[in-house]
Amino acid sequence: MTAEPMPLGSSSSEPGGDESLEPFAAEPPVGRRERSVPRAGWMVVARKEFADHLLSARFVVLLLVLGLAAAIPLYFAADTIRSAASTVSGATAVFIALFWLPPNVTDTVQLPSVAGFLGIVAPLLGLSFAFDAVNGERAQGTLPRLLSQPIHRDDVINGKFAAGLAVIAIVLVAVIGFIAAFGIIRLGIVPAPSELLRIVLWMIVTFVYVSLWLAFGMLLSVLVRRAATSALIGFGVWLLLSIFGELITTLVGGFIAPLSGSLEQQFANNSMQETIRRIRPDILYSEASRALLSPQTTDVSTPATVGAAQQASERIPSLLSLDQSFILVWPQVVALVAITVACFAVAYVRFMRQEVRA
Amino acid sequence: MTSGPRLARKRKIAPRRGDAAASAGGVRGSSPDDTDELVRISTRRLTKRYGELTAVDALDLDVRAGEIFGLLGQNGAGKTTTILMLLGLTEPSGGTARVVGLDPARRPLEVKRRVGYMPDSVGFYSDLSGRENLRYTARLNRIERDDAEAAIDEVLEQVGLTSRADDSTETYSRGMLQRLGIADALVKDPDVLILDEPTTAIDPLGVTEILDLLRDLVKQRQMAILLSSHLLNQVQVVCDRIGIFAAGKLIGQGSMTELADRFGDGTAHIEIGFEFDDEAMAKRAPDLLRAIPDVTEVRPGARRIDPWIVAVRPPAAEGRVRQAILALAAAEGLHLVSLRPIVPSLEEIYRKAVARTLPAHAGAVQ
Repeated sequence: MTAEPMPLGSSSSEPGGDESLEPFAAEPPVGRRERSVPRAGWMVVARKEFADHLLSARFVVLLLVLGLAAAIPLYFAADTIRSAASTVSGATAVFIALFWLPPNVTDTVQLPSVAGFLGIVAPLLGLSFAFDAVNGERAQGTLPRLLSQPIHRDDVINGKFAAGLAVIAIVLVAVIGFIAAFGIIRLGIVPAPSELLRIVLWMIVTFVYVSLWLAFGMLLSVLVRRAATSALIGFGVWLLLSIFGELITTLVGGFIAPLSGSLEQQFANNSMQETIRRIRPDILYSEASRALLSPQTTDVSTPATVGAAQQASERIPSLLSLDQSFILVWPQVVALVAITVACFAVAYVRFMRQEVRA
Repeated sequence: MTSGPRLARKRKIAPRRGDAAASAGGVRGSSPDDTDELVRISTRRLTKRYGELTAVDALDLDVRAGEIFGLLGQNGAGKTTTILMLLGLTEPSGGTARVVGLDPARRPLEVKRRVGYMPDSVGFYSDLSGRENLRYTARLNRIERDDAEAAIDEVLEQVGLTSRADDSTETYSRGMLQRLGIADALVKDPDVLILDEPTTAIDPLGVTEILDLLRDLVKQRQMAILLSSHLLNQVQVVCDRIGIFAAGKLIGQGSMTELADRFGDGTAHIEIGFEFDDEAMAKRAPDLLRAIPDVTEVRPGARRIDPWIVAVRPPAAEGRVRQAILALAAAEGLHLVSLRPIVPSLEEIYRKAVARTLPAHAGAVQ
């Protein structure tokens, strides 16, 4: 505390208190704090977002919704399996049936399988943690302040995406772990290593699928100014796919390959519908999860010709090994990853080019 | 008032700065503003175009350490665009900018590390407390935890928010948010402070405190402050130099007196309060005043108690005319109640400046 505390005020430029020894005191140092930076900017953003997510009401609500979505079919599926397991002796992969077997509540009421239920609800998870990522910051007026801190602009969107991925991973591991634990206790069957591996693989594919919706939500939050609007669009698309998806594919398929009497045309129509369906991420995911979870699945496509159908009917039912199952749905998985990357890339580019001011 | 803790903080990170100074030489040579070590912000023909619209047109601006520069202008005059270019948040279409000697378009991170910025209508995360918001800023600036806590306590104290620091910012008023915005800009201990409309929602007493704080920062830390505002009287009170912005152009910059000289109409005004004993004297007074050399006009007050206005041209003669009025009053037995030169207000200067450069806009300013 000598006469003049900070001669030129350049906190950054002076080497500490010894400015007298430094003739170029006012000069800007190059990357002075670079060495002292242990964390990248995106990690700081991700850490904050992650903490926000974990403490948010959304997190609790989603955990409950997903937990319920898993628990209800799980309860009935376990009964179905118990009764089935005793009759089908020698059947392999009984434990994993817990995930994909559609349970009979009564003879008339049938629920979707655990995996099916999760597949319907999982997009919510992705959307909820992303739909207001960027436009929420804009609305709060925090974006200009955030961007004026010494971080790169893409640190913001990368950090937010990373935090979203982390939260999704936590929720999925928790819910699937819960299902598996329940299964072990209720069925009294310890899963075989190959079954565990299938579950882990399925979990990874589910993670990719939810990430797709996270990236889609992120894209909406960049493109749409208001968080409420982007939420509405996101959930609208989700509803449209899960409720009207089938209707639309039937309509479009019928339009391109009209359905008439002949068997050939019926097959043509069928395969056309299937092609159209494969544009939809929810179908890609359900095909992938069906093949990964149940070794009985040997084919994800229906035969396209009369001959192929005949051939398929004559095939001896067999169980696929894990690698064969995975090869079967490899295209689906790649497509899911590709859509995710595309959504995020568009969001990224648009965000980088946007004006800071609203 | 603030130097103690700040110094302590600085010393802690001293070794790093020592390393960095070694590499500073390279930048030194490349900077065009070597001549003046104290220049913190400097722009040369800085231009920003959005399609057809030129938001900022060939701007030349210099802000030195230890001064507060006020940027005045109507909405849409290009103030915020200029600020965004200075922070590297928008690419200029032409010209150069140097902030703390660096080009913000090419080295935005270093610039942003040393520049505190408070945006227009600043916002905070409403689910976090004021302190937590500042903590996030500190982390983004990679300030060590202990240093950050000390710095946060200090800036909260400076802006008078200590008692509300741990409340959610959702409960803050607009004025409190602006105070927090200033604290937020100060957390990183900047060399340059850029404030966009910093005091619009703060109550009058609070404004005085904040303006005092800014003056202290400039005096003690030799900070350079650029603030944009449309509150002319505040700018007049706190700013050392003022730049008047209109349609993307800086149409005048300098101290109040320099601006008054430039944009005045070449006439100085003196206000005189009389107390007349009788009507005869009141009738004679205008002629007596007009007889004084350099007096061009005498406007008697509308009512008896109203002050009179005397116009003097050239303005430099104003002091001499005042002396003459005193002498006259003594000689003629006029009772003077008051006698003072009228200092042109910034508002007047601003109006004239804008009207003179942009006749089309004159109406809007009135």
